[in-house]
Amino acid sequence: MSDQYVADLEAWVDEHGDALFSYALSRLRNPASAEDVVQETFLAAIRSSDGYFGKSSPRTWLIGILKHKIVDLIRKESREQPAQEIETMEEPEELFFDRKGHWRIKPVDWQVHPGKILEQKEFMDVLLQCLEHLPDRLHRLFVLRELEEMDTEEICKDLEITSTNLWVMLYRARMRLRGCLTENWFGGEPC
Amino acid sequence: MLTCKEVSKLVSESLDRDLPFRQRMAVQVHLMMCSMCRTYQKQTLQLRDAMRTCARREPSEPLSKDARQRIKNALKTAGK
Repeated sequence: MSDQYVADLEAWVDEHGDALFSYALSRLRNPASAEDVVQETFLAAIRSSDGYFGKSSPRTWLIGILKHKIVDLIRKESREQPAQEIETMEEPEELFFDRKGHWRIKPVDWQVHPGKILEQKEFMDVLLQCLEHLPDRLHRLFVLRELEEMDTEEICKDLEITSTNLWVMLYRARMRLRGCLTENWFGGEPC
Repeated sequence: MLTCKEVSKLVSESLDRDLPFRQRMAVQVHLMMCSMCRTYQKQTLQLRDAMRTCARREPSEPLSKDARQRIKNALKTAGK
């Protein structure tokens, strides 16, 4: 391995470190884990035999490695905390509907101007906070599905769950998130 | 006739798989008649958009100086 390559990578720690760390933190919640995967990413980069030969931008290349590290970690955490039976999980949807299946509180129109709101840093911060408050299992699943845009079959295989469980859990994550956003950003009742 | 609760679940599911034809039709019929579920459907789509924008947002959290140094040291050791 050339000294030049090591020096390049060190410079990349300064240049791309924040981007990699932000990316990891938004998906893992825990700063220590996020720092760990960023370090593993650079170590994987230094070990990769062909190294980086201008295939893509360095950041794209590093983020590509980082994604794998994050998914590996999520998979590992998921194995360490085995899934309870779906029936025993609390059901947020019970809060939102009455016994006949009618809405208890009317969903409020968010009146979002597409694009505009998404440019606001404050909105993204609230969204990330809402995401952080999801229970662990829902959080892992939702990150893989909506941030990493992974295929549902792939997620089922990785996390060893059935597709029926996956659909139910994604539904619960979405119900919670829209409740959280309505309450904390759109200023409505928590529904 | 589907209830709002059932529709809310199917609307979410439709983001993760293609619903069978009959279910899709039943959801459509319900949505035509129920403005609350239409609002909910709009929210789920807005949520998906927001997550995807969030996934691509600019760096907002700095990597600490300590972590930076630790990583550089690890690179030096690994490079030897």
